[in-house]
Amino acid sequence: MSDMTSSGQMLAADGTPLKTSLARALRRQKLRALALIAPLLLFVVITFIVPIATMLFRSVENQIVSSTMPQAVELLQQWDSATGVAPDEAVYQALYFDLFKAAEAKEHTKLGTRLNYEQTGTSSLFRTSGRKLDDVGELWQDPIEDIAPALKDGETWFAMMSGTGSNTVLEERRALWASLVEEPFAGDVGITISDEIAQMLPLTTAAYADWAIYEAIEDGKDISKRDPWEAVYAGLGLDLRSDATVRAVNAYTGPHAADLQLLTANLDQMPNTMFKDAFAEMDEDWLDPEVWEAIKIYSPNYTSGYFLNAVDMKKGVETAEMRPENQQIYITLFKRTLWMSLVITASCIILGYPVAWLLANLPMRTANVLMILVLLPFWTSLLVRTSAWKVLLQQQGVINEILVWLGFVDDANRLILMNNATGTVIAMTHILMPFMILPLYSVMKTIPPSYLRAAKSLGATNFTAFRRVYFPQSVPGIGAGSILVFILAIGYYITPEIVGGTDGVLISNRIAYHISSSLNWGLAAALGSILLALVMVLYWLYDRIVGIDNVKLGG
Amino acid sequence: MTDLGDDQSFVKFDRVQKSYDGENLVVKDLNLAMPQGEFLTMLGPSGSGKTTCLMMLAGFETATHGEILLDGKPINNIPPHKRGIGMVFQNYALFPHMTVAENLAFPLEVRKLGKSEREAKVKRALDMVQMGDFGGRRPAQLSGGQQQRVALARALVFEPELVLMDEPLGALDKQLREHMQFEITRLAHELGITTVYVTHDQTEALTMSDRVAVFEDGRIQQLAAPDTLYEEPDNSFVAQFIGENNTLEGIVTELKGPDLCTVKLDGGEIIEAKPVNVSAVGDRTRVSIRPERVEMSMDRLQEGAHTLKAEVLEFIYMGDIFRTRLRVAGNEEFVVKTRNAPDQPRLTPGTQIEIGWLPEDCRALDA
Ligand SMILES: Nc1ncnc2c1ncn2[C@@H]1O[C@H](COP(=O)(O)OP(=O)(O)O)[C@@H](O)[C@H]1O
Ligand SMILES: [Mg+2]
Repeated sequence: MSDMTSSGQMLAADGTPLKTSLARALRRQKLRALALIAPLLLFVVITFIVPIATMLFRSVENQIVSSTMPQAVELLQQWDSATGVAPDEAVYQALYFDLFKAAEAKEHTKLGTRLNYEQTGTSSLFRTSGRKLDDVGELWQDPIEDIAPALKDGETWFAMMSGTGSNTVLEERRALWASLVEEPFAGDVGITISDEIAQMLPLTTAAYADWAIYEAIEDGKDISKRDPWEAVYAGLGLDLRSDATVRAVNAYTGPHAADLQLLTANLDQMPNTMFKDAFAEMDEDWLDPEVWEAIKIYSPNYTSGYFLNAVDMKKGVETAEMRPENQQIYITLFKRTLWMSLVITASCIILGYPVAWLLANLPMRTANVLMILVLLPFWTSLLVRTSAWKVLLQQQGVINEILVWLGFVDDANRLILMNNATGTVIAMTHILMPFMILPLYSVMKTIPPSYLRAAKSLGATNFTAFRRVYFPQSVPGIGAGSILVFILAIGYYITPEIVGGTDGVLISNRIAYHISSSLNWGLAAALGSILLALVMVLYWLYDRIVGIDNVKLGG
Repeated sequence: MTDLGDDQSFVKFDRVQKSYDGENLVVKDLNLAMPQGEFLTMLGPSGSGKTTCLMMLAGFETATHGEILLDGKPINNIPPHKRGIGMVFQNYALFPHMTVAENLAFPLEVRKLGKSEREAKVKRALDMVQMGDFGGRRPAQLSGGQQQRVALARALVFEPELVLMDEPLGALDKQLREHMQFEITRLAHELGITTVYVTHDQTEALTMSDRVAVFEDGRIQQLAAPDTLYEEPDNSFVAQFIGENNTLEGIVTELKGPDLCTVKLDGGEIIEAKPVNVSAVGDRTRVSIRPERVEMSMDRLQEGAHTLKAEVLEFIYMGDIFRTRLRVAGNEEFVVKTRNAPDQPRLTPGTQIEIGWLPEDCRALDA
């Protein structure tokens, strides 16, 4: 017997509260159970939870714009797209240095592809511009090398840039590289940039640091012996456009100050090219405010754009609006997917119920043969089965031939059973049928025949006995089968792809298209997330209306 | 055996045969007639065809041959739901998705009774089995005994004249079973319904029934009132099956009249017995003696009665009675039951004694 303390708590024999004692006894059991399921749990987490989480993340993730053109994007925030004019020179200048880097690392086409989902033509814009960026730099490189031949040489540059300092510029540039190429880019670059130079020639230093990091870490070269890339000359040219810098250079006494002073003495030989014009010359589209609007809209690290696209909306600067009627596809597809899944589920119930009943009530031997027939489809490849439906359903196919031969259908008006929704419904009903029959069967198997007999002995006709006694008890099987079939149907891909034509494809076909053809994984992820949410909402509704306890897979 | 004319019998099986597979007869030439209001039990070992008979009567199986009549009319072609027979199944078959009250209302609904009438009848039926407070419960929320009562009430609620019960108490514990046996017989007699009750428990059959039909291998071996069945079994199967029984094998050596013969046992001993199934001298026979009819004190026997030597093998004290196991004429399973009285000796194993019995208590049956 257990005792009671004054507070009314039950005590175990050793005086500890019964609850504590019970919890302790159960804990070890629970731990052992956990150890037993640990491998499976790990497997589920790795193969199920992680992919779903990645998918959810991918549907909003959008770092590519800000990591590929960080400086341009930052300046672009001040630009107002409503004015309808392209941004000013500073943005184009930042764009040049960002894109130059990206083009060297071959990252600029990725951004082009990404932005192309939102603004067609962007992909080729980025690709062609990437090729022509070097020419822009040479506008400065040639005169600089003419005026100060020592600057042709990488060793001169290394000596000029080196000095004492905290290397903050180098570390800043390294962080930008890291986010661009998604690698840490760690390691020794082999230079300490002089603080004095960094302050005097900021653009030159930034461009030189970019080059040095890339050269040393990506290519593994000794930068003291290598010639810098064109953007560094452009940087130097731009720095020398400021009078203050020119004065500072003239007063400068560090290494190769004389070479720099040669340049300040011959400023009239330097080009006065504007980047805006340079980009316009590469491609007229750089002056198009719509391109810049798209870049600005998609500049944040996380975006609702994919989701808006997935429901036929277009993301604006601050608002979102429906796409024009003729560009709407996804909502129609979602509706069609839901509707067709319902039709398929209903067909499976209507056709599968009698079969399950036979399975559960025929003598063993016959039932076993029937069961093999039900399971047979599982032993055949899905592709083969669907292709077989193609043979059956086409206009010159078996079904039409028979109907024509029997005279039900006129030879000229053969039924169109394929490459439309009808084809998808017919083939998928067949393919998903076992998932309805099996749970129904296992539930029906548990309904003893004595219930029907009891009902009849109480005066019910066969039909009443079925309706009032048998059917209600088989409802949990219908529930389980319907959930299985519906959820499978809602995400089905192969069968609609083969027999669905254009009217009979489902949302998953579109998802597959975005994953393997258009490579717009963000949109595919958004569509998939919406599908997942839809299934969960439907599951919740089912629980509210029918009750999830009312689902049985047998026993 | 009471033989009823067609005019009196309410239920009648007329030379009924049944085969499921077309090879073996499960029911062989069944003849049975029941007057209205009778409580008849079908008793027999498992597989002897009792359920099959019940199912034929209820209409769930068709007779392969012969006719079943209900109230003088053949019912072979009437579907089960039109027969109006109440039935209690072994697993109760209460509809799990309906409450107790809905279960009881079901037969009334299909008979299109009005709501108020339905409710009144359901209430009356539930009160009848002391389950008035449980109308709102689901069957799964009831104990086995309560489910049993509800099943009974459901079989009676539409006032059938004939009720069939197939081992209805099989799943209950002993105490509950005895209580329900009493309840069922009481209800059956109060309501005047004709009942066919199936069981394999002989005590149940003996305590409840007006008459018992002993089934074996698809045949009725004996159909009689419980006391007749126990005291005057027609053959050795019935003698063995009903109650405890001692058998000794031998050959009839002399027929002394309609009520007396002598039998020479296989061990050479001679005893007297009442001939039941033996017709000629030289027939092999099994003589059967009930354990409580064996005498161990010789003064209770008639003058000149045959006695046998016996050795005590085991003595079991059972409270109200003593049970002594003996070796008699080579049979080591010979049991004697004696009342626990002050003058009864408590025998120790190994003791040599003499036993005997009245010739009319010792029945010479078929071998
Ligand atoms: N539906 C059936 N199909 C084939 N054989 C059956 C069927 N029902 C019962 N049997 C056989 O008939 C015989 C009698 O069965 P049953 O009437 O249930 O006996 P009881 O009720 O006395 O135990 C048994 O041998 C059993 O195997
Ligand atoms: Mg039975």
